[in-house]
Amino acid sequence: MIVTKGLTKKFEDFLAVDGVDLSVGAGEVLALLGPNGAGKTTTVRMLTSILRPTSGTAQVAGFDVAKDAQKVRASVGVLTENHGLYARMPAFEYLDFYGQLYAMEVDQRKQRVTELLEQFGLAEDQHRRIGEYSKGMRQKLALARALLHNPLVLLLDEPTSAMDPESARLVRDSIKELRSAERTIIICTHNLAEAEELADQIAIIRRGKIIAKGSPLALKQTLLGAGEFEIQLASTLNGSPTSLPPGVTVSAQGNKWIRFRTSSPEEDNPNMLRAMLEQGYPVISLQEVPRSLEQVYLEAVNAPDGEEVLDVA
Amino acid sequence: MWHKLAPALIVTRREVRDQFRDWRILLPILVLTLFFPALMNFTAREAVSFVAEFGAAVIGDRLIPFLLMVVGFFPISVSLVIALESFVGEKERRSIEPLLSSPLTDLQLYLGKLIAVMLPPLLASYLGIGVYLYGVYRQVGWTPEPVLLIQIVALTTVQSLLMVSGAVVISSQATSTRAANLLASFIIVPMAMLLVGESMIMFWARYHVLWWAIFGQILISGLLVRTGIAHFNREELLGRELDSLNFKWSWQVFWGAIVGDAQSVSTWLHREFSHTLKRIWLPLILIVISFAGGAWVGVQQAQIFRLPPDLLDISNIQEGFVQEIDGFETLRFFSVESIPLVWMHNLRTIALATFFGIFSFGVMGIIVLMLPFIIIGYFTFTAAQAGISPILFLTAFVLPHGILEIPAIALAGAAILRLGATLSAPAENRTIGEALLHSLADWVKVMIILVVPLLLGAAILEVFVTPSVALRMFGN
Repeated sequence: MIVTKGLTKKFEDFLAVDGVDLSVGAGEVLALLGPNGAGKTTTVRMLTSILRPTSGTAQVAGFDVAKDAQKVRASVGVLTENHGLYARMPAFEYLDFYGQLYAMEVDQRKQRVTELLEQFGLAEDQHRRIGEYSKGMRQKLALARALLHNPLVLLLDEPTSAMDPESARLVRDSIKELRSAERTIIICTHNLAEAEELADQIAIIRRGKIIAKGSPLALKQTLLGAGEFEIQLASTLNGSPTSLPPGVTVSAQGNKWIRFRTSSPEEDNPNMLRAMLEQGYPVISLQEVPRSLEQVYLEAVNAPDGEEVLDVA
Repeated sequence: MWHKLAPALIVTRREVRDQFRDWRILLPILVLTLFFPALMNFTAREAVSFVAEFGAAVIGDRLIPFLLMVVGFFPISVSLVIALESFVGEKERRSIEPLLSSPLTDLQLYLGKLIAVMLPPLLASYLGIGVYLYGVYRQVGWTPEPVLLIQIVALTTVQSLLMVSGAVVISSQATSTRAANLLASFIIVPMAMLLVGESMIMFWARYHVLWWAIFGQILISGLLVRTGIAHFNREELLGRELDSLNFKWSWQVFWGAIVGDAQSVSTWLHREFSHTLKRIWLPLILIVISFAGGAWVGVQQAQIFRLPPDLLDISNIQEGFVQEIDGFETLRFFSVESIPLVWMHNLRTIALATFFGIFSFGVMGIIVLMLPFIIIGYFTFTAAQAGISPILFLTAFVLPHGILEIPAIALAGAAILRLGATLSAPAENRTIGEALLHSLADWVKVMIILVVPLLLGAAILEVFVTPSVALRMFGN
């Protein structure tokens, strides 16, 4: 649904996006992460056919962003960084206006607008001017605008920013539903927990270049090294355990717990359990120590310049 | 056509509705539509009765149509503010980005906004004219000639288009309404001068001249609309976040356009320079046509403004004859010292034409370069009237140096026209800045390689050969 090859954008002598290669299929969510000014918005603008790529190609919903700009724009729903709402317009009229721009039939338009306003809890305020809306309400309205014409591809810049936890949950659930409905979604966000929850793929961009790309799990394994696991015991440890399986390294231990690293958990974890039981330690649980996407992100963006692109897709 | 225009009208409807929700726009329009015409009615009535007391009824007669024009103009002055708000205001508030993400083309968005910006002030203007005409009929029984009414309505409409299309061009160059308001003086000052000129026509009561004013404004509006369409595109609107000049990049682009891919002077001449000449081919044809037109205008003027026959007595010219003419003391024919004078004079003219050409889409530049041809046409016809063969006249006074000078001026004119026209029609896949730098590079190449050397050769011929030929043909 979205395929880019060497996508590049130069503004005068400033290289904003540098040879970006992405591939996001139907029913997939890609989270585009990166520091401010890294090139996320420019990438999204090229994928919306607002900006022309300086070089490289991009196919969105089967259309070339440079050659079929209008068709691309008709197939894409965009939540822009700034909501860009008209303060003097009531919400219903605003969505209805965009419905007309997307050439929706009157009945279909009215029905869809009502449906979305209800979905995002804005139905009661649909005749109020947008200028009177709170930040969160505006964000929801902007998102409703992006979803209005049922686009095959969604490009969402900070979809839950300024929202209260309940609204943010509502939006995240909507994104999951859209993914189930085979939509192709790119979200740009600084909310890494959200990215981890929603994304099938993560792409980290720095100074216009994709520096790391892959599923959250694969990125963690590659960037943060072997996985770490913790065993909770029913009895107190008597010194360091002995006769551990080869390839397992103990990283920490307490009175009734032990943490270890292994690069092949599917092989080593059963052996480790067996070893603990053989040494007379009853096991309560074995689980992976959670590693956040934030660690992955910091590891990637703080890597020295010029390092190879990490592609673990 | 309708299929393409319909989406634009969606934007128009929204914007017009939005304007009617803003009391800051609505109130001035209402005042200028209803209160101001009533004030003008009062002014007209008082002025007519006042001047009639002193036997100057003609002033009153002229004042009423003049006020009709003023009543029409005032509401449309609001369109300038609305245009800046609509184009640059939306850019500043970032509400333009969702709009640009929609499937509408750049042209549809531009037209939608253009119509929206013009429509309410124009309707208010027509209404104001109606209110004024009704009042003035009730008070002094005056009704306009139908042609005059058509002229005033046309003038009002085209003035609105002129201001709005100018405002769009300004808006595309500004990223804030503050900057756009400052730049708006480039519209306000010429419009004020235009109004002064139109006022003079109204008091002069030569109403047919208004057609020329209308025609001229339609031409300029057309160019500005073309420029607006070229500038109002997604790339320009979102590609530049700050009003800044990048000199380093500008120089790189300019120098790159000068040098091209050539590795040696010969390949540069064969490849790069020949491409430049190809690019100015069409402007060159237009320039040659305009020069021919200039000569024709000169001939026409010679028939209207005739010179006394004794002023053109060239049957007895002598060596050094020009030295006798006031203002030409320093120009001595058959003197090497005069070559730089003639050369520099021609280069100054080219520089002036370039300066005017950049700010007028090339038009004023062409007019500057047309002037010598108007003069040539004028004197050739006058000479013919005095019994001198036009061919002999041209062979003696124009051809010897014109053989180099005319091609030089034509090439310079073509480069200037291309440079000026770039603003209204930049090349595809280039930003306006890039296109302008490329055209400037072409101008420099044409000047250095052809125009400057040709003009030097022409100056030498003008100082030594032309007077010699003239003396041989017409001397005693």
